[in-house]
Amino acid sequence: MTMQREESLTTTGEVISNYTINFGPQHPAAHGVLRMVMELDGEVIERIDPHIGLLHRGTEKLIEHKTYLQALPYFDRLDYCSPLAMEHSYVLAIEKLLNLEVPIRAQYLRVLFAELTRICNHMLNMGAHILDVGAFTPNLWIMDLREDCLNFFERASGARMHSAYFRPGGVHQDVPEKLLVDIGDWLDNRFFQLFEDAMSLVLDNRIFKQRNVDIAIVSREDAIAWGFSGPMIRAAGIPWDLRKSQPYDVYDRMEFDIPVGTNSDCYDRFMVRVKEVYESAKIIRQCLRDMPQGPIASSDGKVSPPKRGEMKQSMEALIHHFKLYTEGFHVPAGEVYVATESPKGEFGVYLVSDGTNKPYRCKIRPTAFSHLQAMDFMCKGHMLPDATAILGAIDVVFGECDR
Amino acid sequence: MAVLHSAPKFASNEGVIDAISESISVWLIDAGEAHGEVSFRVKRDDIARVLETLRDDHAYQQLMEIAGVDYPDRAERFEVVYMLQSLTKNHRVMVKCSASEDTPVPTVTTLWPNAGWLEREVFDMYGVTFAGNPDLRRILTDYGFEGHPFRKDFPMTGYTELRYSEEEKRVVYEPVELAQEMRSFDFLSPWEGADYELPGDEKSRGAPTVNDVKTTEKPGQTGAGAAANANAEKRTSAAQKASTQDAPGAPDPTSKEGGK
Repeated sequence: MTMQREESLTTTGEVISNYTINFGPQHPAAHGVLRMVMELDGEVIERIDPHIGLLHRGTEKLIEHKTYLQALPYFDRLDYCSPLAMEHSYVLAIEKLLNLEVPIRAQYLRVLFAELTRICNHMLNMGAHILDVGAFTPNLWIMDLREDCLNFFERASGARMHSAYFRPGGVHQDVPEKLLVDIGDWLDNRFFQLFEDAMSLVLDNRIFKQRNVDIAIVSREDAIAWGFSGPMIRAAGIPWDLRKSQPYDVYDRMEFDIPVGTNSDCYDRFMVRVKEVYESAKIIRQCLRDMPQGPIASSDGKVSPPKRGEMKQSMEALIHHFKLYTEGFHVPAGEVYVATESPKGEFGVYLVSDGTNKPYRCKIRPTAFSHLQAMDFMCKGHMLPDATAILGAIDVVFGECDR
Repeated sequence: MAVLHSAPKFASNEGVIDAISESISVWLIDAGEAHGEVSFRVKRDDIARVLETLRDDHAYQQLMEIAGVDYPDRAERFEVVYMLQSLTKNHRVMVKCSASEDTPVPTVTTLWPNAGWLEREVFDMYGVTFAGNPDLRRILTDYGFEGHPFRKDFPMTGYTELRYSEEEKRVVYEPVELAQEMRSFDFLSPWEGADYELPGDEKSRGAPTVNDVKTTEKPGQTGAGAAANANAEKRTSAAQKASTQDAPGAPDPTSKEGGK
């Protein structure tokens, strides 16, 4: 702790000090390994300098040394709270370079699981946000719902979190019919009862409002200039959602609304997420209703691997299988920037291909980068405990921010 | 080319290149569209002016990303790519400029406040400097890190590793020591992309070229016909004679029931 001594205007003759403290890197409210150097005047924040990169693993460098398919599981490990949304941008980027058609059932499955991921992510974030501002119970309740989502992922892909379920050209495997039935049942009979119970404790709670309303108000102009996206820009009253404005997969067939905030404070950001959960449920119901039967991976044998049974019978399928899992497929030279609406905002992948089986460069655009950068101006003039509420409302995960 | 993929669809690229090229023509090197993405390559020293024109006159309000790319073969080895997004026109463009280790790129922190960290990241990873950025510190790498790890000539293992030393009661940095050598597999197919020659490949180099392609237009050119049939007949009848010495009642070797 460094002290800066200065003469005080209010206390005659006495010296008060403007001091600098370390918030994190090991702090339960830092949502991971964030270190913030805070300059405080009493309990009021004067300046914040976030130090990030404590979880930097060089993902982008590693991806340059892997084939396109081998690089996919790295995306699960970026934002480990919404792994399937991370994969989504990456597979779409590859498909854009290949100009590869994805069967319609696979597109429905992807949208279904992307929305389930959104619910899953918001359960964690809202629970943590509520916990950060002092309420314990709702977190325990909605964490149970997150557990249900993870079980659904496990039944589809075999893994609870790091699913590697979306593949270039479709998804890895078709889902059992019972799983789709169970997801529908869960939405109808379990999810909303528990979720609404938990929210009833929070939404009109006096303490929760005191801690969030009018905290970190960001104007529309600032939200645009700072490159905000996702719930952060929608809370500022801008109805900007990539699922709506730049639809991918079958989002253009879905009917849903974009909730926006009016006051652009932490409470609005929280409320936007609450409303988004309902919209996600709407999309999931439409997917379950409209999903056709059919193949779940591209019919292009040079990109998507053959079925296992086929591989045992057909020589050609065996060769394809061998080549795809050693050499991998080649992607035409070129570069694309593909961004999707992850639960946290715009998650983009800038993929440069040189025509070989490995990406030449894969730049990942984390959502947290521009949001966290704005911490300084959002926190200025607020009290120290408000920093945790602001951080909770940003919804930051360091796997993604530091890469 | 028909669009088959299901990646995000933003507003049409039609006319965008012409409209933008006209207003930034002074600084433009080339413009193009590939894979559905519009990109402009501009002069490095004027990048800030180009982006300001795009923001103010063409309504690209948001700077979403600045990406560095390393092309070691080029004279100016780095490329800095700016991803812009227009909320009102629902469109995206890329703007690129090249740079080397000792040619600073003008900062765009004056245009977008979030450019600060994005430029810091490019500086950290590639060593591209940004003239005018007030806070060009490293951002993702460790405190006191040396080198720029995303350059293509930086080894994936790095140069130093750290561990907690029980004797010294602190974290110590040491040169990287690998228990097993770093392996990089060449999975590129040896009959298509390999830069070495397998034994026997030399034959294909001196292979004679065929000028007159042989075709079979008449039955006589196939080598089949009455004469060939008669020849074949002779050989089979000789073989049949030899097979009459089979045991009586043995099945005909080519009969359908045989072997069942």
